[in-house]
Amino acid sequence: MSHSSGQQTLVERLDALYEFDREPVSEKKLHGGKTFIAMFAGEHVAGTEFVLGTLLVAHGVSAFDALVGLLVGNVLAVLSWALMCAPIAVRERLTVYWQIRKIAGPYLTVIYSAAFALVLCLLAGAMVNVSTTAIAHPLGIESANYAAGERWPSFAWICVATCIGIVIALLAVLGFERIAHFSKICAPWMPLIFVAGGVIGLGMLGVRSVGDFWEVAKTKIWTGVPFEGQSKYGFWSCVGLAWLCNISQHMGMGDVTIFRYAKKWYYGFASAFGMFIGHYIAWICSGIMCAAFMESSRAAGIANPNPTPGNIAWLGAGWAGLVCVVLAGWTTANPTLYRAGLAFQTATPNWSRWRVTLIAGVIMIVTACIPAVNFYLDRIVGNYGLFFMPLGAFIFIDYWVFPKLGLKRNYAEQNRLLASWPAAVGWFGSVIICFLLFAKDNYETFRGLNDILPAFLAKYKPDFFMQVLPEWILAVVLYTGCSLLQQRFSKPSPTPA
Amino acid sequence: MKPVLKSVSYLGLAITVAAPLLVWAGKISIETNKVMLLVGMILWFGSAIFWIKHDPSANA
Repeated sequence: MSHSSGQQTLVERLDALYEFDREPVSEKKLHGGKTFIAMFAGEHVAGTEFVLGTLLVAHGVSAFDALVGLLVGNVLAVLSWALMCAPIAVRERLTVYWQIRKIAGPYLTVIYSAAFALVLCLLAGAMVNVSTTAIAHPLGIESANYAAGERWPSFAWICVATCIGIVIALLAVLGFERIAHFSKICAPWMPLIFVAGGVIGLGMLGVRSVGDFWEVAKTKIWTGVPFEGQSKYGFWSCVGLAWLCNISQHMGMGDVTIFRYAKKWYYGFASAFGMFIGHYIAWICSGIMCAAFMESSRAAGIANPNPTPGNIAWLGAGWAGLVCVVLAGWTTANPTLYRAGLAFQTATPNWSRWRVTLIAGVIMIVTACIPAVNFYLDRIVGNYGLFFMPLGAFIFIDYWVFPKLGLKRNYAEQNRLLASWPAAVGWFGSVIICFLLFAKDNYETFRGLNDILPAFLAKYKPDFFMQVLPEWILAVVLYTGCSLLQQRFSKPSPTPA
Repeated sequence: MKPVLKSVSYLGLAITVAAPLLVWAGKISIETNKVMLLVGMILWFGSAIFWIKHDPSANA
C-alpha cells in the first residue's frame, strides 16, 4: 500500500498535529532521575487501585498468591520498563506515535490512536465512578452493588457522577497544568491514607502483633475462596495482572514518549516507585480494607455488603479516606481524559481540541454510570493491554533484531507505505489467535474450537492474565516472518522518505 | 516562611502516619483516628500547596 495524491490529506493533517514532537528531544531538555521517580510515584496511585485490590480479594486469591504473585508481577513490569522501553526511548528520543508510524505506517497509527482514546475514556470513566462512590457516601446515596445483581445506579447517583464528569471534562478542556500541580501535592499524602486504611483494617480483622498477620491474611483477607459468582484467580493471575496492568506503557512502549526525556536508560527503574507504591502496597491495603469492610458489614447483619472504594475508605480513614478516593480518581481521570482528547484528535484532525475533549468527556460520563466497568476492571485492563502490546513488540524487534537479520528498520517509513501489512498481520493475528485460544475454554460459543484444533493446542489452557508472553512471542514471530517475506520479495523503493 | 510551611506539612504527614499506629497499639479509638487523619490532611494540603512548586516541563 503506497501513497497516492488523493490519500494525502488525512495523513498530512495527522502528521501536522504531532509535528512539534517529530524531532528527537534535544540534550538541554533532558531530565534527571528524580523527575521520573516523582512522575511514577504520583501517576500510579490512582482511584482504580481501590478497585483492583478489592477485586483480587473477591476473586479468591490466597495470601501467597497476592503477596508473592504481585511482587513477581511488579518486578516483571519494572524490568519491562527498564530493559525494554527506556533503552529504546533514550536512543531514539521519539514519541510512541512516531515510532509506530515509522514501523506500521500512518493508517495503523490512526487505528492505534482511536482505539487508545476509547480505552482512555473507559479508564477515565472508571475513575469517575470511583470518585462518585466517595461523594455519594456522605450524601447517603447507595452505589450500585453489581455483585448483588444491581446493573444500573440510581438516578441520584447518575446525577452525582455527571456533575463530577462535567467538572473533569471542563478542566481537561481548559488544560491540566493546575491539576498536574495538584497531583504533585497529593502524591506524598495519598499512599499514607492507603496504608492508614490497611493498618486499621488489620486491627479490625484481629491482627494484634506482626506474628498474627500471616494467619489473618490466610484466613480472613486472601482466603483462596472467591466471593459468590466470581471466578477463581490464582498465583499466575496475580503475576499476570501486575505485569499486564500497564503493559501498553512498558512492553507496549507507550512510555517511550516519557523516557525520551531521560538522560540515562536506567531511569526506567524509577517505575519501581510507581509499581511498588501503587500496584503493590496500595493493592494490598485496599484488599485488607475490603476484607475488613466485608467482615464488619456481615457482623452488622448486612447480607450483601458492597465494597465500593467510598465504603472501604470510610471504614478506617473517615473523611480523609473519602477525600483520598475522590482525589485519587479525579487527579488521574483528568490527565487521562486530556490524553484521550489528544488521541481522538489524531483520528479527527479537523476538530478543535475542546470539541474532541468534550466528546471524550461524554463517553467518560456514560462509562462512569455503568457499574460493570469497575466490576470487570481487571479484565478491561488486561484486554486493552493485550490489544496494544504487539505494536511495542514490533518497535523492540525492529530496533534490536532486524539489523542482525539483515532486514531494514522502519520499512514503512522508508518505503512510504500507508500501512505495513506485516505489522497488521502481527498485530491483529496475535491478538485474535490469543483471544481464540483463551475463548475456546471460557466462552460457550467458542468451545467447538477444541474439536478442530491439534491436540496440543486443545490441551493448552492459558490463564487470561498470563497471555502476555505467548502473545508477545506470537506477535514477534508473525511480524518478523512477514517482514522477511515483504523485504525479500517487494521492489526496493528508489526514493526513501 | 517556607521552613514554617514545610514543618506544618511534615507535621500533617506525621499525624497521618501516627494515627493508625496508635489505634493498632490500642491508644486511641478508630473515631479519634479519623479525626487525626482529617487534621493531618488539612495541615498537609493547607501548607504544601504553597511550597511544592510545579515544573510544567516535567510533564512532557
